[in-house]
Amino acid sequence: MSSLFYILVFPGFLFLSFFALWVEYLDRKIYARLQNRIGPPWFQPTADFIKLLAKEDLIPRDANPTFFILAPILALTAAVTAFLYIPIWGPVSLFSFTGDVIVILYLLTIPTLCFFIGGWYSTSLYCRLGAVRTVTQLFAYEVPLLMGILSPAILANTWSLSEMVSFYSQHPWYWLINLIGFVVALVAVHGKLEKTPFDIPEAETEIVAGGFTEYSGRLLAFFRLTIDIEMIVAGALLAVVFLPFGLHSGPVIGFIGFVFKVLFMVVLFSLARTVFARLRIDQMISFCWKYLVPLALLQLLINLVLKGIIKL
Amino acid sequence: MSEPEQFKIPFGPQHPALKEPESFSIALRGEKILGVDIRLGYNHRGIEKACEERTFIQDIYLIERICGICSHVHSTAYVQGVEEIAGLEVPKRALYIRSLIGELERIHSHLLWLGVAGHEIGFDTLLMYSWRDREVVMDILTLLTGNRVNYGINTIGGVRRDITPEMAKEVLTSVDKLEERTKYYIEVATQETTIINRLSGVGMLSKEDALRLGAVGPTGRASDIPRDIRKDDPYAAYAELDFNVCTDKRCDVYGRTVVRLLELMESYKIIRQILANLPEGAISVRAPRRIPAGEAVSRYEAPRGECMHYIKANGTDKPERVKVRAPTLANVQSVKQMLKDRYLADMPIVVAAIDPCFSCTDRMIEVNNLDNGESKVLDWESLHNYSIDWYKKQGIDFSRMKKRGIA
Amino acid sequence: MRDLPGKMIWEVLVNFFKKPATKNYPVERPAMPKEFRGKLKFYPDKCIGCMLCVKDCPSNAIKIIKLGEKQFEADIDLGKCIYCGQCVDSCVKKALEITQEFELAQIDPEKLKIVFKGDKPAEAPPAAVK
Repeated sequence: MSSLFYILVFPGFLFLSFFALWVEYLDRKIYARLQNRIGPPWFQPTADFIKLLAKEDLIPRDANPTFFILAPILALTAAVTAFLYIPIWGPVSLFSFTGDVIVILYLLTIPTLCFFIGGWYSTSLYCRLGAVRTVTQLFAYEVPLLMGILSPAILANTWSLSEMVSFYSQHPWYWLINLIGFVVALVAVHGKLEKTPFDIPEAETEIVAGGFTEYSGRLLAFFRLTIDIEMIVAGALLAVVFLPFGLHSGPVIGFIGFVFKVLFMVVLFSLARTVFARLRIDQMISFCWKYLVPLALLQLLINLVLKGIIKL
Repeated sequence: MSEPEQFKIPFGPQHPALKEPESFSIALRGEKILGVDIRLGYNHRGIEKACEERTFIQDIYLIERICGICSHVHSTAYVQGVEEIAGLEVPKRALYIRSLIGELERIHSHLLWLGVAGHEIGFDTLLMYSWRDREVVMDILTLLTGNRVNYGINTIGGVRRDITPEMAKEVLTSVDKLEERTKYYIEVATQETTIINRLSGVGMLSKEDALRLGAVGPTGRASDIPRDIRKDDPYAAYAELDFNVCTDKRCDVYGRTVVRLLELMESYKIIRQILANLPEGAISVRAPRRIPAGEAVSRYEAPRGECMHYIKANGTDKPERVKVRAPTLANVQSVKQMLKDRYLADMPIVVAAIDPCFSCTDRMIEVNNLDNGESKVLDWESLHNYSIDWYKKQGIDFSRMKKRGIA
Repeated sequence: MRDLPGKMIWEVLVNFFKKPATKNYPVERPAMPKEFRGKLKFYPDKCIGCMLCVKDCPSNAIKIIKLGEKQFEADIDLGKCIYCGQCVDSCVKKALEITQEFELAQIDPEKLKIVFKGDKPAEAPPAAVK
């Protein structure tokens, strides 16, 4: 029974949805203030969500209705499920087990694949182009992101997120070793979240709305909610892996620390959105493979060497 | 292994990247562009025909509204043509005021372009900042002429409003503010890595191609063609002003950005000279209502290039023929050349780099019979009937609507 | 190694702490400059009925109707008017004036047609135009 409460209300679906909508407001407000504008009021993302729920779902005649409808639902489910494995208020998450770091990363890949499926089965030209771009981008950022996030796991000698947190709480200064990995993961996660400079799949001026062009109504509401929730999950994952302090001092401090860390990530995302232009897909792939992957490999190497030294 | 298939993607007439409707049909293979088909005419409003049914004075306001951003361009070019036919000697003060408003319009247009270019490459911050600074120019234009666009400052024989010394002082203060902001934009545009990545090497138009395709304005000047009507065929007060023609050897979108930013700095210089040397005198001469028979071609350097007007009068108070050739019509031919072997992601910025103003461009009424290649020109009545028949074939009947004339 | 991207970062951070550039419109109304062309105003007692304004109006927005001897009324359609001010310049007796009123929106287009009559009552019934 209490599991059901955890999954559906806190920190599951309801808490995550409201937090995601509020974080979207924060992102848009910061973006606007940095550009010398006023920005939306606090209830804007919630109002958008409710308005979209009330609109009609138009399914194009040539689209495959099964996949068209399944894609947003699967994406939302995967994103929410990934959140359940992240420790929020203490060192142990709700349903932790060995290997849950990899499971979280896989669960975060499912929304990307669902964007592709939704776009591809919409059959319209703009959607297909956007869908193909999403998957092309996946080839570029996935490798540095995975390497960046798994390097601290290698140092901690465990594949379980909770045990990683315990390890870093016992050795508080070890998080400095992972700084290069932090930077690499931070840049690569822009690609996963499709934020400028890597918002190529949803480039408004080139392909209208990419994979989301044909979506409307409830399905679009779910896709947008998925994007926001992904931002929180990715931010939380980065916060737990690279900034693992405060999780051992009790649930209240742990939770407040979690909120602050996620907000710090969101501020960084908004800042990046403001000062960079969008890259072209070929420039993005060459950037990721030329600069990010070597840095991630470097971090991996450092961690492997240091693990040998620490064991000694 | 079969060749990857190619498909045609419609870029327009309605598209978030285009501010005005125009149809570019792009043949794509993956992300590579194989070819572009351009169709113009979506913004055709029959202005040239409407000019023939209105008097010369009413036409000033109609011609001004061909385009919002280049309104002073069209109005001045038209009025210069009429004054040439009528043989009027426009007082010097009026010529200086016309040049002042023309340069202020150039500033407003280039700042708008900077914002649009930023938006097309996904850099919304540049859009917000440059449009915020553009408000300074709009306020100055409201102060001088009474409106932010469509200034209505020209009349046949001169200008309608005078400049007081207080206005001149306000203009100079604003120009100082804008110059500082423009220097910042030049610094950002030339040093920001992501902008340079998106703009360099994109939309290459070599000097030979630019000459062959007839590129005008900043598009041509960025391919090292130093053609500027203000220097080649001076009109208004430009013969007495000292300024440089900005060219650039890069031949790509980055070069066009640099040319426009440098032109902004030149405009500030010109405005300061105009206000320092503003001659005294009347602001207009009396113009007759009936213009004697004759024809004239008048050219003006719009922010986008060379704008030509041809006016034919026949002794009545209505013109016999007015023809407008906007600069975008000359530049849009080069888009095809620029997009050879480029990616889809470059399409919006390449189209935006010629600074398209399709409202200025769509002027012709020529019906091409695709089967036998013959072409004919339709007049008003037959065009009206042709459109009614076309819609009847689609099942829409307009016969219940009242035919609206001008009254 | 090229420069790091993100050249606008200082300007952007400084702007975060400045007041937004947006004017809060219905609450703060901007003052229009003197030259601003808003709604027209007609002085019936100065009009002599030369109809030059009607001839010069680009959109046929103004009509002068003769009510009696030296009495004219002006019917202006604010929906057709393009606020160019050509009628003001064409009028030889300065019977037309441009005000700075710009908030003229209406839901019913019939309300946009305004009539300027004289204040004194008509001495003879409205005569047909001779």
